[in-house]
Amino acid sequence: MNTTVIRRAILGIAAGTLAIGGLATAAHAQRDPAYDAARSSGSVGEKMDGYLGIVGSESSELRRLVNDINIKRRAVYAQKAQAANATLEEYALTAGCLAIARTSPGEKYQAPDGTWQTRTSAPPMRDSRCPA
Amino acid sequence: MKNPRLTLQGPNATFLPMQDETSGIGHGCLETGPLVSGPLVSGRRMAAMAMAAAGAAMLGGCISVNAPDKPIVIELNINIRQEVIYRLAEDAGNTIEENADIF
Repeated sequence: MNTTVIRRAILGIAAGTLAIGGLATAAHAQRDPAYDAARSSGSVGEKMDGYLGIVGSESSELRRLVNDINIKRRAVYAQKAQAANATLEEYALTAGCLAIARTSPGEKYQAPDGTWQTRTSAPPMRDSRCPA
Repeated sequence: MKNPRLTLQGPNATFLPMQDETSGIGHGCLETGPLVSGPLVSGRRMAAMAMAAAGAAMLGGCISVNAPDKPIVIELNINIRQEVIYRLAEDAGNTIEENADIF
C-alpha cells in the first residue's frame, strides 16, 4: 500500500512539473511589448517574403528590433525548411502568406505590388500562390 | 534536238563543282553564280528574297513587341511553385504558432 501511495505521489509531482514546464513555454512564446507596440502602431509590417519590414521612417531602435526578429525567423525557417525538404525561400514565402493572413486590423502588411497596406476586416491582398 | 543540248550542258554542270572544290566551299558558289548567268539573276534573287521577307512580315511572321504602359510588377521568387507552398502551409502554420514571440 505504501509503495503505491509513493508511486502516485511521484507521478503527481512529475505531472505537475510537466504542466509548469508547459506554462513556462507558453509564457515565453509571447511577443516582446516593444514588438507588439510597433506592430499595432503600424511602424513595422509583415512582408511577402516572410520577414518583418519597417514602414515609414526608420530609427536605429526600430531597425535593431526588426533585425533581431528577422534573424530569429530565418533560423526557424532554415531548420523547418530542411526538415520539410524545402528551400529556405520556399518556407519563408509560405510563412509570409500565413503571417499576412494572420495580421489584425490596423496592422501593416505588404501587398503583391510591394506597397504597404493597412489590414482591415477584409481579407488582405496576397500573392496568388498563397494558400486559402 | 534535245539530246545535243543536254550533252553540251553536261560538262558545264560537272565542271563548276570541281571549281568549287579548288576555290573553297561556300565561297565558290557565290563566284559561279554571276559568271554563268550574269548580275541579272542575282538581282532577281535579291528581289525574291526581299519579297519573301516582306511577305513574311505582312503575314505576321514577325512578332512586334510593345512596351507595356502599366508599371511592371516583379513577382517575388517566381520560381517558387504554388504546390510547394500548399505542401508547406500546414507545417508553416504550426511553426508560426510554436514561435508566437517572433510572429
